[in-house]
Amino acid sequence: MASILFYILAFVLLAATLLCVTCRNPVHAVIYLVKGFFALALMFYLLGAPLIAAWEVIVYVGAIMVLFLFIIMVLELAPREQPQGPGWKRWVPGLMLAAAVIFCSLLIIFQDPSAASGNPAHFVGPRAFGEALFGRFGLAVEVVSFQLLFAAVGAYYLGRYQPREQDKEETS
Amino acid sequence: MIVPFGHVLAIAVILFVLGLTCTVVRRQLIMILIGVEIMLNAAALVLVGASAHWQQVDGQLFVVLLMAVTASEVAVALAMVFYLRHRQGSAVADDFNRMHG
Repeated sequence: MASILFYILAFVLLAATLLCVTCRNPVHAVIYLVKGFFALALMFYLLGAPLIAAWEVIVYVGAIMVLFLFIIMVLELAPREQPQGPGWKRWVPGLMLAAAVIFCSLLIIFQDPSAASGNPAHFVGPRAFGEALFGRFGLAVEVVSFQLLFAAVGAYYLGRYQPREQDKEETS
Repeated sequence: MIVPFGHVLAIAVILFVLGLTCTVVRRQLIMILIGVEIMLNAAALVLVGASAHWQQVDGQLFVVLLMAVTASEVAVALAMVFYLRHRQGSAVADDFNRMHG
């Protein structure tokens, strides 16, 4: 049962990624990748990592992909929309992938009550996770926190406001 | 373990190759970064699969560190795309193939 779901989700993930790679419009590519990451989060859950599945949705889908969309829209990287309305053929792949992900998640919740209560094959609870993360891997957490700080400082440095040369001349 | 570990590895390899293809083939800087994201997710899939295979929590912990690495990489890379677009007026990789000697 769970293995069949896993293969369906793997197919959804690979199909969505293939559509993302081949799509010409960056906005469509990012949305397809979001759909693939939802399938990947369900696969993580089936492999016994519910916390990672939640963070996949929160961090990847909620933060990183939205950041990509934000940059695409700010820089206007997407080509202009064609004047004619979207034909129904363009809806088919997205709708099928979304239907597969929704079907699999509903099946996990309703057909497999042990999985819904948080007990798949090898379940890693938050307590064991946190103890291992802040016990044995405490130094790694410190190093990663430094890295995040450096990345924030670097991004701030790159994005700081600099008036252009002609703007300076105009104001002076 | 609900599926054989080899199948997880096969899925991850296909995902990684798709990301590599996206990185190599596409010319827009945004799509190159998306290819890097796909490759990092293939690595995360391998780590979670290995964690389930050997019944150890270490693989999942490493995925958390990988997410932090990805977040910092995306922050700096997107800031650089923004910077390049404002300085050079382009976000296509082919426009940046010359150095000021």
